[in-house]
Amino acid sequence: MLSSQVNATVDGGLNQDTLRREARRETWKAFALLSPGMAVVCLAILVPIGWLFALSLFDEQGRPSFENYARLVEQRSYIQTFITTFQIAFTVTGVCIVLGYPLAYMLSQLPRRIAQIGLICVLLPFWTSVLVRTYAWLVLLQRRGLVNTWLTDLGIVSQPIAFINNFNGVVIGMTHILLPFLVLPLYASMRSIDKDCLRASLNLGASPIAAFWQVFLPLSIPGLVSGVVMVFVLSLGFYITPALMGGGRVVMWAMRIEQTASLYTNWGAASALGVVLLVTTLIILGLFQWRLGSRAAAAWNAR
Amino acid sequence: MSTLGAALPIRIRGIEKKYGPVTILQRLDLDVAAGEFLTLLGPSGSGKTTLLMILAGFVRPDAGSIKIGGDEIIAAPPHRRNIGMVFQNYALFPHMSVSQNIAFPLRQRRVPAADIVRRVTSALEMVRLNGYGERRINQLSGGQRQRVALARAMVFEPRIVLMDEPLSALDKGLREHMQLELRDLHRSLGMTTIYVTHDQREAITMSDRIAVMNGGAIEQIDRPEALYAHPRTHFVASFIGESSFIPVDIRDGVPWFRDAKLQTTARTSSSGRYLMSVRPEKVRLAAAGGDDGINILAGVMGDVIYQGDSFACSIDIGDGVKLTMRDYCREDTMARLPARGESIRVSIAASDAILVEAG
Repeated sequence: MLSSQVNATVDGGLNQDTLRREARRETWKAFALLSPGMAVVCLAILVPIGWLFALSLFDEQGRPSFENYARLVEQRSYIQTFITTFQIAFTVTGVCIVLGYPLAYMLSQLPRRIAQIGLICVLLPFWTSVLVRTYAWLVLLQRRGLVNTWLTDLGIVSQPIAFINNFNGVVIGMTHILLPFLVLPLYASMRSIDKDCLRASLNLGASPIAAFWQVFLPLSIPGLVSGVVMVFVLSLGFYITPALMGGGRVVMWAMRIEQTASLYTNWGAASALGVVLLVTTLIILGLFQWRLGSRAAAAWNAR
Repeated sequence: MSTLGAALPIRIRGIEKKYGPVTILQRLDLDVAAGEFLTLLGPSGSGKTTLLMILAGFVRPDAGSIKIGGDEIIAAPPHRRNIGMVFQNYALFPHMSVSQNIAFPLRQRRVPAADIVRRVTSALEMVRLNGYGERRINQLSGGQRQRVALARAMVFEPRIVLMDEPLSALDKGLREHMQLELRDLHRSLGMTTIYVTHDQREAITMSDRIAVMNGGAIEQIDRPEALYAHPRTHFVASFIGESSFIPVDIRDGVPWFRDAKLQTTARTSSSGRYLMSVRPEKVRLAAAGGDDGINILAGVMGDVIYQGDSFACSIDIGDGVKLTMRDYCREDTMARLPARGESIRVSIAASDAILVEAG
């Protein structure tokens, strides 16, 4: 009895080796289970992005150079496209917030069952093709389309408004498509706000308006941030809608990529455009995380 | 904040609330004296929380009047009522620090910044959380959150304080500790308080008076001792403390159980069916025939349940009626304990025999 106890202390604990071996085996097993997924991620994401990056560093003759990036800075048209892309992304995000916040707020205050019907209505356009919806807007908003006819017939405007083939058209079309991406996370975060917190703020003397600004709005920020990030990032890479609604007059980054690749078959230049978009997006995500992420995280953690 | 402004009485009259066909509160009247600690006690669905929500202004009643110190507040919106409330889950603002939470009601009232700092500091002192002002809510334990909620509900010196099962989320030891702390706080500040709970022990420990609610009405309202000693209804007798019920027939003002004539000091009507309610600790093992003023019942000893400090045993007195007897575990009581199945006699003093209406 005594000797076995002594042995145990010398070995550093009962069954210590067996338990360590088991722990190692478990780690390996978990790794083996993960490996198919990691292989897919590697093949489908990391390798292509690396390739894209590599392609952008060769000129048309196949010589390594920074020519593709130099062009982006030197040619005014690229800089203009870059600015337009961001203007549209900012505007679309702004309009989505203005339209989406009240909508999500209303849905979150409705009884759950009615809110679900409302959510289905929000999601319904999601299930139709982006192309179909964009063409539908073209029909509605064209010079002699339904909207302009009504406006002129009612005498609200004397001349038809130019809704399409310009900046406005692109914003209208993209907002329509991206709105659900803002509403859904926002709705979810508003639903999870404790009703008693709002009651408490009223009880403590805050008017309904003060309660909204000081309690409801700050608590809905996490949902707003994730919605805004999603809409903004998706806007930066949008292609079909700006191509159709802009009528060729509004050129966004993704359209430049398409032009360069299929029209000029300059893969190196197209890759450089892709890399710039990717890096910019990552920087913006990083900024969001840095500026708002900590506050949002604090609000979430407190749940 | 050593004392609040003069405590005010609450006068509640004819409060009615229906949700569709379901009646939640039926013509409820209630008076709370200035500075009183009154508990609404009842099972879930008895309407106690609804009454509290009506007082705070979150639920609109169908009819009724609420006066605080003479002011009618029935139509006032919640933020103009000046009533402090402690919520069941505390409802602290997670995006604010402890100090910001406590300063919230003061900021709404546009109190000068220097006063806010002073009053928040003294409120933190009052709930013994000095130095916790900069903490975030998620860094606090349950008991600390409870104290912050308390400080926040009292820092603006509300006319009355409402508490909705504020201790139900705490574990037993902390709950009992907080009960005493709350009671001391109430004694030192003296604000009129309405406290909601379904825990009868908590109600008895803390309250000046208890209103027992059932089915949207107040069944009985009295001091804890009186409520325990003289429950007026079957519900109150069974909800507060333990009780055994003996069905009795009253003939010529005398209660009979089977062929045994019983004595009670309670007033009785001349006839009818009643229940005799007996507290377990009032039941004694009887040695010989009864004296005047003592009821003797024959029965058969049942199971003994050992509960550490005390034991409870069930005694079958015939017709399927079981009496529970409880006594402390002392050497003498344990030694005298009859075996299971033994025929025994128990005694109940006439003054401990309470009559409540059957039903």
